[in-house]
Amino acid sequence: MTRKVALFVTCLVDVMRPRIGFAAIRALEAAGCDVIVPQGQTCCGQPALNSGDRDHAAALARQTIEALEPYDAIVVPSGSCAGTIRCHYPEIFEQDAAWRPRAQAVAAKTFEVMAYLDDVLGWKPQGVSLDASAAYHDSCSGLRELGIKAQPRRLLGNIDGLALVPLAGEETCCGFGGTFCVKYPAISNAIVGEKADAIDASGADLLLAGDLGCLMNMAGKLHRNGSRVRAYHAIELIAGMGDGPAIGEEP
Amino acid sequence: MSRFTDRTDAALADPLLKVAVERTAGTAEAKRSAAVDAFPNFDAARTRAAAIKDHVIAHLGAYLELFEANAVAAGAHVHWASTADEACRIVITLCKAAGAKSVARSKSMLGEEIGLPHALAQAGIERVETDLAEHIIQLADERPSHIIWPAMHKTREQVSALFKAKHRTPHEEETIAAMAESARRELRARMLGADVGISGANFLIADSGAVCTVTNEGNAELSLVPPRVHIVTAGIEKIVPSMPHAIHMLRLLARSATGAALTQYTTFYTGPKRPGDRDGPEEMHIVLVDNGRTKMREEGLAEMLRCIRCGACMNHCVVFRQIGGHAYGGTYPGPMGSVLTPAMDGLPDNRDLVHACTLNGKCQEVCPVRIPLPTLLKGWREKSWREGLEPTSMRFGLALWTWVARRPALYRLGTGIAVRAMRLLGRRGWIDRLPLAGGWTRHRAMPRPAARTFMDQYRQERRK
Repeated sequence: MTRKVALFVTCLVDVMRPRIGFAAIRALEAAGCDVIVPQGQTCCGQPALNSGDRDHAAALARQTIEALEPYDAIVVPSGSCAGTIRCHYPEIFEQDAAWRPRAQAVAAKTFEVMAYLDDVLGWKPQGVSLDASAAYHDSCSGLRELGIKAQPRRLLGNIDGLALVPLAGEETCCGFGGTFCVKYPAISNAIVGEKADAIDASGADLLLAGDLGCLMNMAGKLHRNGSRVRAYHAIELIAGMGDGPAIGEEP
Repeated sequence: MSRFTDRTDAALADPLLKVAVERTAGTAEAKRSAAVDAFPNFDAARTRAAAIKDHVIAHLGAYLELFEANAVAAGAHVHWASTADEACRIVITLCKAAGAKSVARSKSMLGEEIGLPHALAQAGIERVETDLAEHIIQLADERPSHIIWPAMHKTREQVSALFKAKHRTPHEEETIAAMAESARRELRARMLGADVGISGANFLIADSGAVCTVTNEGNAELSLVPPRVHIVTAGIEKIVPSMPHAIHMLRLLARSATGAALTQYTTFYTGPKRPGDRDGPEEMHIVLVDNGRTKMREEGLAEMLRCIRCGACMNHCVVFRQIGGHAYGGTYPGPMGSVLTPAMDGLPDNRDLVHACTLNGKCQEVCPVRIPLPTLLKGWREKSWREGLEPTSMRFGLALWTWVARRPALYRLGTGIAVRAMRLLGRRGWIDRLPLAGGWTRHRAMPRPAARTFMDQYRQERRK
């Protein structure tokens, strides 16, 4: 039976790096899913939620729930957006008898894309090769809200020629934090500066992670520092798109 | 620019601060990790510790009365203070009644919280800080920058210079042992000459009326046993039901704080000197301080009252590790301080604290009593939003974003225009300066987006 899977693209991937969305579709289709991109989706409401703006967060959550609830599963190429839907939507509607069950139902079938491919489908990339070394950064929401740690490494481990190298402080926040990085730029810069140094010290050719916000933060700092490390969302490599332009190489 | 950002800018510009914080917090992080790995099922122990505290906080009144009854039965006097000022007044009155010219104080964050050092100075009573780090802070006339290492912000080289300037017979050799000896010479006589010893409490044991303190230097014992009067100031949330509960919490406290299995000294004080005892104070007074705790319990911050003041949250916080403790501006720094300070000193002046966090969740992961610190910080952010404390730019920005995002067709149009505009500003894949996003591009480049949005490309592909 083919699974009808909805892709929640996320606003950042939609605008800044569409390749990640297409990579997710490619990997999911290779794993036998029928992927649909519901057109009613925009932003999950995370910026409002994390800023304390509960009403606007709830408005966007309701729209997202309506767009996503008809499908068997919802797959998201971002740990923090998946975490918002999975962990925080039910909290937003805790006191709302009409929306609480709908939020809970959508939460229960929402997955980060690599967790879905590995944990749920038990799928492995086949015939994918890339001759490179890569350091993997564990983005915080994926790691601590969704328990994403082994899944990307297992999937990446099936890419021929790809060597994962250890990254010191791989579980340490990169200093992105959504609006944090523009509200407190100096602190954010100090944090990402240390992160960029650790990435360079790993000796890896590539930096991989599962969240575009964190990747843009780290890649932007690496570029400003003159580093040669190139950054990709891990799903791009898993889908066999690791030979395309890295972040900051869009033609 | 807010005062918070002034303080953080100053902290970030201080290279020695970074060295000092990293030395101590980095070591603590590594040692805690080893200690947790060696502990059978640390997570289960954390769950149990949280349950113990939650039970006590839910039945706080009953346990406080039990503690009071047992402490009084052991010969201690129990005093109740609703506010910081009231607590200070009680302590000063007790000191004056004892005819105290000088008091020996064993490090207590509650003492800092209620402003006791200042109150003692106002009353003209000499204060001898007996904890080594508190002694350093007193010499430098500063405030603690960490709840278990008050002088964490100072390098040993800075401490050496301070001792040489302030001690009567300072060390000559530049070794830690010689520096410690210099502090010992300076402190010991003054400790033993004090009229009153003042301490905090790590735990209050309800079923015995005992007060537990932990130290690594033995300074609490030396400053609390010889004087005629021992005064304890303790937050009301320090209660545990019985000794086995205290032992359970102690097993988590030292490991979480420093990675040690236990502190060098763990002492239980039950009442004053009894007939036949060889030593001990003639009077013991315990001042139980609310100072906003009951209100916290009622206003959604009950989980914060689990806190056992180990400091693990700040040791593991990426923000604290960059800016140190003073930049937070309150008594308590780091993640736990960012939750507590708005409760104690008000939200309007501390709005930055609840926002200057990436919500990465590491603090919650290492907290020995599983306090959901990111959730509590988000709770403060919601309150700040509701009360209209957030800046207009933020309110307008999020309202506009939501208004557009609620209209997918308009949103697609807007994102398409934004992409084209951004591409005009980029060269060779990167944007070096982006209007309205100076906070980003001042420190890092912004990748240039692809020519068309995902939704645009996807719809075109499906039409083929």
